[in-house]
Amino acid sequence: MSLLPSLSTLLHPSQFFSFKGVHPDPRKYLSSESEIEVMPVPTLIRLPLQQHIGAEAEPIVARDDYVLKGQLVAKARGPVSANIHAPTSGRVIAVGHFIAPHPSGLPVPTITIRPDGEDKWGPRLPRMRPEDATPEEISAQVAEAGIVGMGGATFPSAVKLNLRAKYDLHTLIINGAECEPYLTCDDRLMRERAEEIADGIGIMGRALGVKNIIVAIESNKPQAIDVMSRYNRALDYVFQVKVVPTQYPMGSEKHLVRILTGKETPARALTADLGVVVHNVATAHAVHNAVRYGEPLISRIVTVSGRAAKRPANVKVLIGTPVSEVINHCGGFAEEPDRLLLGGPMMGQPIHNRRVPIVKGANGILALSKAETPGSDVMPCIRCGRCVQSCPVGLTPFEMNARIQADDLDGAAKIGLMDCLTCGCCAYTCPGNIPLVQTFHFAKGKLAEKQSRKHQAEETKRLAEARKAREEAIAEAKRQMMLKRKAEMEAKKKAAAEKAAAEAAAAEPMAQQTQGEANS
Amino acid sequence: MIEAVAAMSALGTGLGLMLGFAARKFHVEAPPVVDAIDAILPGTNCGACGYPGCHGLAEAMAAGEAPVTACTPGGRDLALELAQVVTIEGDGALSGMAEVEPMVAFIFEDHCTGCTKCFKRCPTDAIIGANRQIHTVITDACTGCDACIEVCPTEAIVKRVKPKSLRQWYWDKPEPRLGAASTERAA
Repeated sequence: MSLLPSLSTLLHPSQFFSFKGVHPDPRKYLSSESEIEVMPVPTLIRLPLQQHIGAEAEPIVARDDYVLKGQLVAKARGPVSANIHAPTSGRVIAVGHFIAPHPSGLPVPTITIRPDGEDKWGPRLPRMRPEDATPEEISAQVAEAGIVGMGGATFPSAVKLNLRAKYDLHTLIINGAECEPYLTCDDRLMRERAEEIADGIGIMGRALGVKNIIVAIESNKPQAIDVMSRYNRALDYVFQVKVVPTQYPMGSEKHLVRILTGKETPARALTADLGVVVHNVATAHAVHNAVRYGEPLISRIVTVSGRAAKRPANVKVLIGTPVSEVINHCGGFAEEPDRLLLGGPMMGQPIHNRRVPIVKGANGILALSKAETPGSDVMPCIRCGRCVQSCPVGLTPFEMNARIQADDLDGAAKIGLMDCLTCGCCAYTCPGNIPLVQTFHFAKGKLAEKQSRKHQAEETKRLAEARKAREEAIAEAKRQMMLKRKAEMEAKKKAAAEKAAAEAAAAEPMAQQTQGEANS
Repeated sequence: MIEAVAAMSALGTGLGLMLGFAARKFHVEAPPVVDAIDAILPGTNCGACGYPGCHGLAEAMAAGEAPVTACTPGGRDLALELAQVVTIEGDGALSGMAEVEPMVAFIFEDHCTGCTKCFKRCPTDAIIGANRQIHTVITDACTGCDACIEVCPTEAIVKRVKPKSLRQWYWDKPEPRLGAASTERAA
């Protein structure tokens, strides 16, 4: 009997299928033992209208409106978009632009709310009993609640729950890998709210109509594995909790699917093509709240960590809370951070302004000290091949880098630039500190911009043609009108002439008659 | 009645045949390169190049009278694309052509009188407005040609760099200073 589990682990696909990657120092101990604490309502809430992939939401409130907690303030626009709700009660003081929580620091449309401190709930969404609800009703509720993928990709979850219409789905994988170093928000959530997560997982399973559910957790989170194994049933499902090796980027959905099922997702295809859908644990928690209690997505757990942070913590913050207030809640900085990141250290984005808000996809605030950031002494590439060995999608980063440095972006795209996850493994392993992933960020952005410019050129061409066609049509219509008028005039003239002729003809015999009369 | 119909159709057929024959007989072979150039050009006929529309420029370019850099709204990318179709003598002009940011027209609302001249002239319908109403530019549809600037009676229109949005933003190219540290160490 004792042989059985060991056999099953021996035969587990993860023993046979692995991918390349890196093993960065996890440094999760900084915050992994801090319980989730609830941060009080901040002094200001800023809600960017674009917190998700897809079209930006459309604001439905105006300045000076009073909004209640949970009230819809911006409506999803188009099929791939998400609703945004007021995280607390207060007055809307601006519907305008504010700096984006993004390295560019460009202004983005933002709704600013000044909380009144009462935190008064408005009417919530209707509660649902998922046991009796249809999959459509569940995904409609998830869409209404504005839930997006909370692992960081921020893809609208309802769109993913609706995939069952197009694909033959059999497995739901819940991503609890949390492979980024430092981050512990998913770990703490699983340890503290396992029952709620389990219920959310069951609800999502029902919405997707899948047969199997797998919860994947990295081996460096034994407590979370333990708790999730105890809460492994919800609705009609009993789900498997599987331990995956601690390796970066395990949380990438294609890699997780490969490890768990042994199947590789083709380039530029979806995991749904294999019948698998991946959702994050925090998303499952949000789904539970939305379906059982009708609560929209208005808060999330954020890990505050890094050696420059005085008190690393896991904080439940309202969406829209300024980063600076979250940091102040955690005691401020221990030293001036060398870099302030939103997200994990591998894929997180540096921010320059501390007043930017926490958005739905922000899972961490990392204040990294000088000792934690990489050196900048760049050495020439010696073709050691470490980047090739570490690339989880099997690309040749040094070759792509060389092509991009020589301005041959299309050449880089030819050898797989578009398949690059920008996971950062190559730059992490490079002994020469060559900014590989940074170069790929630039090249991908530039190619995308080129593409959009080309698209715009085509569109303007179409506009110019439409204008030309319209002008010609107007000219043609004018000509026709002129001809018609001319014809009418001629007809009138002709009629007048005929009439005159007829009159003349009628007058002549009369004249002759009168003449005759006069003669006789 | 019948005679009239017969006469008209005979005339029509005769003339039609003659036209068809003439089209075959006197067919002028347009060099295919003109069509190739025409397909690459923006096709907005904005007139910024000084030729009568994009087709006029294509003909001039095929004849070697106009440089590949003549189309200013197209910028460097378009010139590079054209250079693959047209033979160019000495690439001085092309390599000297800096990669310019896309430009769009911008209307100073204080100076706009609502005369409608600009939006009548805009080749891509990128300006909206009405008589005695302030006009504005739809930046996504504007190609940055000078057509509207030339006709504005109050000089209320200027060209400026297209404002960047988050979607178009990307990181600068990292320019690693190779060996910077090692020389420092040596020194």
